[in-house]
Amino acid sequence: MGIFASLIKKEALHIVRDRRTMLLTLLMPLALLLLFGFAISTEVNNVRVVVAADRHSGVERGVIERLRANEYFTFEGLVAPTDVEAILRGGGADAALVMVEREGAVRTQLIVDASNPVMGRSAAAYLSEVAAGAADTPLITTTLYNPQMKSSYNFVPGIMGMIFILICAIMTSVSIVSEKENGTMNLLLVSPVKPGMVIFGKLVPYFILSCAILAVMLGVAYSLLDIPFSESAIWVVALSLLYIVLSLSVGLLVSTLVDTQVSALVVSAMLFMLPVVMLSGMIFPIENMPLPLQWISGIIPARWYIAAMRKLMIQQLDPGGIWLESVILFAMTAVVLGVAIAKSGLKRS
Amino acid sequence: MPVNEPIIIADRLTKRFGDFTAVDNISFEVYPGEIFGFLGANGAGKTTAMKMLCGLSRPSAGKAVIVGHDAAADSEGVKRSIGYMSQRFTLYSSLTVGENLELFGSVYGMTAEEFARRRDLLCGELGLDGKLGAMAGSLPPGWRQKLAFAAATIHNPRVLFLDEPTGGVDPVGRRGFWELICKAASEGMTVFVTTHYLDEAEYCDRVSIMVDGKIEALDTPASLKSSLGVSTMDEVFRRVAASASRADN
Repeated sequence: MGIFASLIKKEALHIVRDRRTMLLTLLMPLALLLLFGFAISTEVNNVRVVVAADRHSGVERGVIERLRANEYFTFEGLVAPTDVEAILRGGGADAALVMVEREGAVRTQLIVDASNPVMGRSAAAYLSEVAAGAADTPLITTTLYNPQMKSSYNFVPGIMGMIFILICAIMTSVSIVSEKENGTMNLLLVSPVKPGMVIFGKLVPYFILSCAILAVMLGVAYSLLDIPFSESAIWVVALSLLYIVLSLSVGLLVSTLVDTQVSALVVSAMLFMLPVVMLSGMIFPIENMPLPLQWISGIIPARWYIAAMRKLMIQQLDPGGIWLESVILFAMTAVVLGVAIAKSGLKRS
Repeated sequence: MPVNEPIIIADRLTKRFGDFTAVDNISFEVYPGEIFGFLGANGAGKTTAMKMLCGLSRPSAGKAVIVGHDAAADSEGVKRSIGYMSQRFTLYSSLTVGENLELFGSVYGMTAEEFARRRDLLCGELGLDGKLGAMAGSLPPGWRQKLAFAAATIHNPRVLFLDEPTGGVDPVGRRGFWELICKAASEGMTVFVTTHYLDEAEYCDRVSIMVDGKIEALDTPASLKSSLGVSTMDEVFRRVAASASRADN
């Protein structure tokens, strides 16, 4: 067996034999996807609505029919306008549509319990559409790309952006540093093997593991989470592979900066977990951040990856739409990999 | 003492880290088949000196020549001709005994037949035959030490560097290990060994004692003892190392 092949075999056996870690790395992305996709949902579901009207008219009957037919709302009954406030206060409903006739025209007021602002906002937006459709008012709002505002869609790119940087950066940095710590790195360095080969022999198995994770996540995203499948999937895969290489390089870079496994873990977690969650646009929109934070988010690889994934998976854009993100990710990969190789002790002290 | 060409030459070898001179102008020669004991307190500069000899670290001044290869200019040549065993019997604990040996065999570019022959020979000598399938991480220290020795000598190197090879092993295990070292030396392997156990220094053909980065004494154990008029290597070490200022023990 060639030297490189036996180095890869060594690392692969190490990964496969550590069953717990391997299962964790394969199951964690799955669990996160399903959690964010189904359980932790910010979409508007089961909004309980009451309708109040001072007199019966065709308008209000139309609205009630539309509410009944809509799976996102539960129609809680027709009440008197004077009871609405009490019902909302008592938690008997999340929203109320109040219709009163003034000067011959039906005027509609929408009252929403916004104690949960996310839910309140979405419910208001969607309800107003339903109500507007029934009344003759010409207000029509259209939500593009994700008409039901399904949050599972939105979270897939974010979770992928987080998972790869976490798994690749943490696992590779910890595994390289553990060889330094145990002294096995020294054994390889006093052998005739080229140091670069030692490092790449470690990166290749993690690259393969990351590809397996990518396959699992995309499988779930395209089947269970109903992300529309189109030829953009090719670009999703291509860009994800680039992002995996970038994440592995980041792990390599971290391993050159620290000497113990614990610090590798802490540095990776602090340096990547927090900024990725907070500043990458995964949860909080970048556009709403103060300008300095927007600049900082520009150097976070996950930001560009997540933005590109949203465009590809949710907007189904052509690859032409992600050229900026692709170029930035490519440049970042080149820089990080270059610095990591230069710093990784491949030169002798 | 063998009188042929030296196999290890340290010529005014020096390593400086900023203002600190870890290894200060040391020179010595080691001859083929010799067991050369490299003694010194912690912090005396043993490890740094050994790293330069193995081609892991570049000397600030002077040079080291191992089996005819300059350690700084031709570290590849040095690495091919040496074996190295570190103080903690470092091995891959998630690999079996056989897989560890196979990894190092392949790293040193051995062919499959060469490797199988050498593995069977070594394992027979060390009593590792029945353990080839065992996980290295589950072995007791004595067996890990033997495995580390086997991994370091799998490619039958001309020179074997041992960095405190008997730490954490019981006296019987240490004695058994020195028998292995003596046997390897008698078969022509040159052994360069650092140790903290001064009784082990008695097994060496020649011993050097490093104090504060310099070699303060270098001779056979017998001559060292008689020149200082003491009866054990322990006393020799105490006398020689008494002047140490940066030793921590």
